Amino acid sequence: MENTEPLLVIDELAVEFRTDEGVVKAVDGASFTIDRGEIVGVVGESGSGKSVTAMSILGLVKSGRRAGGTIRFRGRDLGELAGKELRTIRGAEIAMIFQDPMTALNPVVTVGKQIVEALRLHDRKLSKDAARDRAIELLALVGMPDAAARFKQYPHEFSGGMRQRAMIAMAIANGPSLLIADEPTTALDVTIQAQVLDLLRVAQQETQAATLLITHDLGVVAELADRVVVMYAGRVVEQGDVTTVFTAPRHPYTVGLLESLPRLDRDVDELHPIPGSPPSLLAPPPGCPFHPRCPLARDRCRTERPELRVVGNGTAVHRTACHFAEELAAVPTEVTR
Amino acid sequence: MTVETAAAQRLEHLGEEVLRVDDLAMHFPIRGGVFRRAVGAVRAVDGVSFAIDQGETLSLVGESGCGKSTTGRMVVRLLEPTSGRILYRGHDLATMSEDELRPWRSKTQIVFQDPYASLSPRMTVHDIIAEPLRVQGRYRQGGADRVSELLDLVGLQPEHANRYAHEFSGGQRQRIGIARALALDPELLVLDEPVSALDVSIQAQVVNKLRELQQRLGLAYLFISHDLSIVRHVSHRIAVMYLGVIVETGTRDQIFSAPTHPYTQALLSAVPVPDPRLRGARERITLTGDVPNPANPPSGCRFRTRCWKAQAKCAEEVPALEDRLGTGHPSACHFPELLPVLPTSGAAS
Amino acid sequence: MSDLRPSLDTPEVAAAEEVVAAETTGTAPRSRRRSPAAMAVRRFRRNKIAVFGAVVLLLIVLLAVFAPLIAQQSPTAVDLGEIRQPPSSEHWLGTDASGRDVFARVVYAARVSLLVGIVAALLAVLFGTIVGAVAGLFGGWLDTVLMRTADMMLSFPPIVIIIVLAGILGPSIPILILSIAVTTWPTTARLVRGVTLAVREREYLHAARVAGASRGWLLRKHIVPAAMGQIVVVGTIAVAGAILSEAVLSFLGLGVQPPQASWGNMLNDAQSLTVIQSMPWLWLPPGLAIAATVLSVNFVGDGLRDAVDPRQSGRS
Repeated sequence: MENTEPLLVIDELAVEFRTDEGVVKAVDGASFTIDRGEIVGVVGESGSGKSVTAMSILGLVKSGRRAGGTIRFRGRDLGELAGKELRTIRGAEIAMIFQDPMTALNPVVTVGKQIVEALRLHDRKLSKDAARDRAIELLALVGMPDAAARFKQYPHEFSGGMRQRAMIAMAIANGPSLLIADEPTTALDVTIQAQVLDLLRVAQQETQAATLLITHDLGVVAELADRVVVMYAGRVVEQGDVTTVFTAPRHPYTVGLLESLPRLDRDVDELHPIPGSPPSLLAPPPGCPFHPRCPLARDRCRTERPELRVVGNGTAVHRTACHFAEELAAVPTEVTR
Repeated sequence: MTVETAAAQRLEHLGEEVLRVDDLAMHFPIRGGVFRRAVGAVRAVDGVSFAIDQGETLSLVGESGCGKSTTGRMVVRLLEPTSGRILYRGHDLATMSEDELRPWRSKTQIVFQDPYASLSPRMTVHDIIAEPLRVQGRYRQGGADRVSELLDLVGLQPEHANRYAHEFSGGQRQRIGIARALALDPELLVLDEPVSALDVSIQAQVVNKLRELQQRLGLAYLFISHDLSIVRHVSHRIAVMYLGVIVETGTRDQIFSAPTHPYTQALLSAVPVPDPRLRGARERITLTGDVPNPANPPSGCRFRTRCWKAQAKCAEEVPALEDRLGTGHPSACHFPELLPVLPTSGAAS
Repeated sequence: MSDLRPSLDTPEVAAAEEVVAAETTGTAPRSRRRSPAAMAVRRFRRNKIAVFGAVVLLLIVLLAVFAPLIAQQSPTAVDLGEIRQPPSSEHWLGTDASGRDVFARVVYAARVSLLVGIVAALLAVLFGTIVGAVAGLFGGWLDTVLMRTADMMLSFPPIVIIIVLAGILGPSIPILILSIAVTTWPTTARLVRGVTLAVREREYLHAARVAGASRGWLLRKHIVPAAMGQIVVVGTIAVAGAILSEAVLSFLGLGVQPPQASWGNMLNDAQSLTVIQSMPWLWLPPGLAIAATVLSVNFVGDGLRDAVDPRQSGRS
């Protein structure tokens, strides 16, 4: 059983938030899986539910309510674990990399000590000296120059890029089997972002951890991910291996996203934005959530909600939640050219 | 005067120089001690020169702290420059007092990055767009009509006028900000990261609207952005900034196809491109370290501490911004080299 | 999208942000006008205690306004034949040491207390707003001088200042109002300065400056409106404070002078133990009146704070 099921299975996850205005369906039946050692990028715009999905894995969505679905990690239902068991998994087997490293680093404790504590928390037999050596080793691994000196410094003495490195060192300290990176490079400058992306690649190779990469940046996904999950209005609308989804997208939303991007690598005469704005999650449209903005929309889309289904020739598992995905194959787009 | 008649006049002057910035500098004092005396200065902008023609987009690109936003804020005189000139059609705005400046203010307006902080939560959309007209005493003559015209111009509905900003999405708010900036019929818009806060699908709507407005109204844009993909899409000319100075400037094609400054090359190579087929196929220049503190910039070339080509000369001598390779565009590097880092059009497969 | 969002402080914040994003992207046409003031009113009306306070306060105000209609007797008519009479059908709350009707005095005293409270608070808030906005907007040495002055005022116990002022200038209602105002303005000044400093960095203020707006314009159109919600809150709480101060000073004989009735000087008559033990009608009614007024004003103030504050303050 352990060997056949993927590392992480998210099945029909639904998360709701109660607000003054009504119930917000932040995640509305999202399903996807992550295999051991693979990098899965979850992309979507604000309000797509990508961050809430990630937070739900660690049970960190306090103000929200799990309205349904299951999250299984190594065959165990995370929703049924008691607080203590969940805490053991957090940090040891599942580690998190945040957009702002200061959320993960304690400002009044030296960086070295924090890593040592993280190591000893999950391995009580580890001696202080051994933990110290391991921590310096980790700092060196994430490209921290002069790791032994950096070990004794406080987070505020680090630059933004260095903090990101320290946080990544802490995240991989216990050799997790799943790393969740939530917009890990969004707040960083381009040249620092490139450093951190390299580092994430190194960290992934070092630990062989599966990585869930949450981002709005399609470029980051194209650089790093093996597979991509596209979310829209709390739903997964398309997923597949990264090359297939980027070169032969089979959901009109993915097509729209790619066509609205200005490109660094070539001249684009005109951008083709997706008309309108994402729907209100207080009152999502019936049927397909994308139908009000979709060029393919017709009556069926307004009434019948499309489920994820396999498309393409089946060489790689490519799924889309569009009734008329096949029509996209017939039209060459800017993207596929 | 309606939008269209003003535009017609401007369109006749396409290509004329609107703005020339000459050796502009902004040093923010660092205060210390009991008497808060200046004990040093952050040299946020340290001698920047450029010119913009009517109907043209000049982009300032660079990473945070490079001085691009400070430059933009000096151009609209939100900041008073430490030194240098801001010549608007020959009139130096840099040294004018607030009262002298007031009539000139209408010629250069600004659109901000944050669609939430840039609109007052206590005003209706109508009042927000009408505010510049009221400030300049022009509202009484057909101000209300002008506001409807501006709403239409940026693609909003007339009934939006009575709503409050918080009722709108980010993209719509940015349109409101653009309408406000256009209210006084400016010739130059400073666009300070105008789409960086927006989602991708909305970003494209606003970018297209800005380009359409430029063509219809003959506006000049000073486009400030860290996003090189958008810069490539909107710019006629580009100036790359690093630590308060321009390190390379040229036309869009010169910068993207024939960059000669190592910093430009590193920037272009570092941006992730949304095409998985290019993974590993691109030349990647990864810079080490961080941007130095602008209060204490490196001697000589400011980029030398992160440059893989740095030599003794770079620490001793400030490289002038000049065309050393005959590529037709200047770069501030002692050892420039033509190195196209982007895949040539058409992409690899 | 993300590089300018506030950093993810906690996962909850992250989640809440997504929700906010979802809300703000909602484009469904809304029927109600949602001005910030209307939303504050709606929040206030949901707060039961605040609404209760407002009702009580309204009753007290009506009592003061219609005092001649409500109290049948004169509050100053002395009847030495009827001193310290217990409540009866003629004198509902009995009579005091000079034979004056206590009920009439309590009702008329509401006028004095409310007048002193409201005028003193208004003066303090007006002055404090101007000082705070000027200090915040101009900055530099002006800011330093104004704020150090405010700090100095705050570091003296107000009662001492009031006693000194009343002692030098003689006790009267205008002096009373003035001395209360002098000791309360710094609170408003600091608050308004804080709001000014925050709003000064807002981009919508920059946009107005780029259009050529003068400092006066920025003050009138942006800074004062931004601070108005909080000014109303401190103003309300200042009213309660001023009513209390008036009571204390009048009790000490430094405020409203007899024969004019005030709740404070009515308590003054009830200083002896015998009175407290055997003649509760002399001190209980003015005491309850002070408590009820101050409490209801504070309830209203708290309600206003909650109505003005949520999220709004973060995006002033």
